[in-house]
Amino acid sequence: MGALSIQGIHKTFNQTTHILKGIDLEIEAGEFLILVGPSGCGKSTLLNMIAGLDHPTSGNILIGDRDVTYLPSKDRDIAMVFQSYALYPNMSVAQNIAFGLEIRKVPKAEREAAVQRVAAMLQIGHLLDRKPGQLSGGQRQRVAMGRALARDPKLFLFDEPLSNLDAKLRVEMRAEIKQLHQRTKTTTVYVTHDQVEAMTLGDRIAVMKDGLVQQFGTPAEIYTRPANRFVAEFIGSPAMNMVDVQSTGHGVNAQGVALQLADAQRAAAAQHSANDLVYGLRPEAISFADQGVPGQLSMIEPTGPETYATVDTAVGKLTARVPGVLHARVGETVHLQWSADQAHLFDRASGMRVG
Amino acid sequence: MNRINLHRLVLWGILLLFALWFLAPLYVMVVTSLKDADQVRSGNLLSLPTAPTLSSWSKAWSTACTGVECNGLQPFFWNSVLMVVPAVLVSTLLGSINGYVLSKWKFRGSETMFAFMLFGVFMPMQVVLLPMSQVLGWLGIASSVWGLMAVHIVAGIPSTTLFFRNYYVGLPDELIKAAQLDGASFWQIFWRIVIPLSTPILVVTLIWQFTNIWNDFLYGVVFSGADSKPITVGLNNLANTSSSVKEYNVDMAAALIAALPTLFVYVVAGKYFVRGLTAGAVKG
Repeated sequence: MGALSIQGIHKTFNQTTHILKGIDLEIEAGEFLILVGPSGCGKSTLLNMIAGLDHPTSGNILIGDRDVTYLPSKDRDIAMVFQSYALYPNMSVAQNIAFGLEIRKVPKAEREAAVQRVAAMLQIGHLLDRKPGQLSGGQRQRVAMGRALARDPKLFLFDEPLSNLDAKLRVEMRAEIKQLHQRTKTTTVYVTHDQVEAMTLGDRIAVMKDGLVQQFGTPAEIYTRPANRFVAEFIGSPAMNMVDVQSTGHGVNAQGVALQLADAQRAAAAQHSANDLVYGLRPEAISFADQGVPGQLSMIEPTGPETYATVDTAVGKLTARVPGVLHARVGETVHLQWSADQAHLFDRASGMRVG
Repeated sequence: MNRINLHRLVLWGILLLFALWFLAPLYVMVVTSLKDADQVRSGNLLSLPTAPTLSSWSKAWSTACTGVECNGLQPFFWNSVLMVVPAVLVSTLLGSINGYVLSKWKFRGSETMFAFMLFGVFMPMQVVLLPMSQVLGWLGIASSVWGLMAVHIVAGIPSTTLFFRNYYVGLPDELIKAAQLDGASFWQIFWRIVIPLSTPILVVTLIWQFTNIWNDFLYGVVFSGADSKPITVGLNNLANTSSSVKEYNVDMAAALIAALPTLFVYVVAGKYFVRGLTAGAVKG
């Protein structure tokens, strides 16, 4: 039995609006689960159900071996960090951290010890007497995490905790959350719409869309073997190149150009019922060479450590991601190359992976 | 430079004129209340009292006739205090609980309920006079200070609810959720989180209710009993009790006595009032 299992969760409003259409997930103790997807995919609704702030139309949620589906939040032994931090403005930092313990009638000495322990862990000892209004965004974020840590819960929930921070602070806090998890080993569910957060933090990622889990797996699985076209395009930046191709029985071609495939994929494509396929290629899989698919450079975007180059080819626009600086000019004719085993194949109608 | 000065001069002149215009009645009331009967009779409304005396004030307070009885405004004043303080506190508390529920614990139909409550804010008071006296009769508290208190509480709930509900809508929902996860109950969240964040709206509502209930005449004259008449009714009786001579100085002193408590509340809490009315712009 996992630390958290979500079994057949459905959520329906007014019998017509289906928010969640059957979610099944299970993670082991100490794992870091990411729920990621575009807005409206149902990830926050699912988190609220785990938190006890919302209830499913059908299905069950188990924490440990306890069915908590209809249990009030306070009896679930969980703690949550909110997007807006939701610190109590009328209380000092120390009171904020201790509030949950105070409500649970933990003796004062124990409460103070917990505040000290958490403050040391998050380096907020010097802020304990301040009010939330006097703190910066990063400090509020730390206090919100401290409040969640104080009770030493069985399950940690994060609802897009970094989206109110600026880019630099976001990277810092992301690293802190990761270190914190490595140290405490508390089972965590983390909701985000940011695929970088998903990839860097998660032990397991559930990619969601339209109330369904599109793929559930480790970051490596999701990146290297996306289960469908949506996952392939959602994870990774710049997004995966997609080329519409026809299966010819012994390979695929686009606009008459034959594209390479690994043997296993060629076999799968040959057996697949439909001939309309999509050929996917990650930008970093493409390199410039003397030979290969010819095309015209239409845009160059240097980021510093690497450069994104957009090339108009006979099969369509392709984006390549090359290390360092690209010594080329817009308008030049270039040749693109990639190795056959880097390609992904999807069914064009259903979007599902082929092979 | 000169033109700007002239501009200023005209502006200040006009403002001063308006200030005088509006303060003149207060000035007349104050000086008249300090004059003796002879000077009042001489007829110069604006002159300063030649021999200032507080005798009209003490007469208005304790010996002026309000109908057959001649105990001044004093008993009415205490009736009002006795009735106003609990009515203000209870209607404010109920309003804040209503607002808390209608904004943070929405249920099926809560918006409709709120919409109906809004009718109460705009409903003319006269409409409820008959049904209300019927209800007070059934409850057995007609013509008593309790009945008057109950009327003011019920009549105040729509506006206090409106104030608190609109203020609490601005409090982030996540605050309530965080407190729920921390294990706090409905009432713990209310007393520990919501009420401490309500100071501006509490002040606004308290002032609003105090002024309304203290100054109310209609409910006071309709629903009070012989020994529970509020100060507005007392003032009316005092001014309308005819003797051979109209004692304007006593009338003025009585009117000032009736107005002092609300004046006092505005002076003490006025800055919170303005702050509270504009507090919607500030995030919790």
